[in-house]
Amino acid sequence: MAGRRLPPVTQLGAASLACVAVGVIWLAAYLPKRAPLGVSVGFLAAAALLLAANAVLLSRVGAFAWGRFFQVLRWGLLAYLVVAGMLEYTFLYDHTRGAVLAVMTGMLVLFTVNVPLLMAFTVARHQAVEQPVGA
Amino acid sequence: MLYCRAMVADAPSVAGIPGAAREQELGPLLPLRAFPLIGVVLAGLVVAIAGDWAWALTFYHVVGGALWTSLDLFAGFVIGPILRSLSIPARIEFTKRFMPKMLVIMPTLVTMTLGAGFQLARQSGHLTSSDPRHAWVVASMCVVGVMAIVALALLSPANLAVLFELRKPQPNPEVVAGLMRRFVYAAGVTGAMQVATLVIMTRLAS
Repeated sequence: MAGRRLPPVTQLGAASLACVAVGVIWLAAYLPKRAPLGVSVGFLAAAALLLAANAVLLSRVGAFAWGRFFQVLRWGLLAYLVVAGMLEYTFLYDHTRGAVLAVMTGMLVLFTVNVPLLMAFTVARHQAVEQPVGA
Repeated sequence: MLYCRAMVADAPSVAGIPGAAREQELGPLLPLRAFPLIGVVLAGLVVAIAGDWAWALTFYHVVGGALWTSLDLFAGFVIGPILRSLSIPARIEFTKRFMPKMLVIMPTLVTMTLGAGFQLARQSGHLTSSDPRHAWVVASMCVVGVMAIVALALLSPANLAVLFELRKPQPNPEVVAGLMRRFVYAAGVTGAMQVATLVIMTRLAS
């Protein structure tokens, strides 16, 4: 189980989270003025691409503890959706609007998906492998 | 981490024993008794932020930050080396008791520190880009960013994976040791970041 070759999900997920962090810090550094959005949009796009690459790589893994993976992913998503909901509320409460709100919301979505994905993958990779259907 | 109880009832089978039945026997993954206390602490934080009370915000920020920094440094530089020197069964026994508590304590302390800290930065004007100390606030955001990535991408998933491994009838010592190694190194990195935080915060306050 430990010797299985699996895609670099943790590394890609961490890189995606790093892009989100840089994008958010860039926006926050300009407060209360509006930051130039180009840099943040670039990091948002990079983070989304890394997450998409992670999803594609994961979908190609055949034998994996998918039951445990989706179990942790589901409950992780629920917990982080609550966190994301509160954060989105604070954005709106602080009168964040327009393009900045869109970029912040995009970053929040990527954060909300990435963290449970990393938790689910790390837990499931050490669980007994379930053979894919038809194998 | 409210999902732990539901995870118990929702678990797949292990070694022929229905997962739900076996894990029901083991009890919840996290110390649920601590949750009401955490609820009270976080409700207090919300009230402090909503009321914009300087004393309460300072209390939350200083107490949360001091505990967070101390625990991080203690885990990275004291517990870590001790753990490496223990036998595998001893590590497993320690980890079984240590990890569930860390998974509950650390996110609470981080939320206290950062939530109150952001509000204090707004109050004091340090968040405004024209403030002479604004650069230090941005530096602290960068440090927190690094810590968040390490904690969310490495530490927290490793903690959870260790807890799942320890619930197996026969935990694999190699897996536990590998995940604990990751935990110790990650705690070391966040510990070093905490030293940077101390420098930044003392600079901001003086």
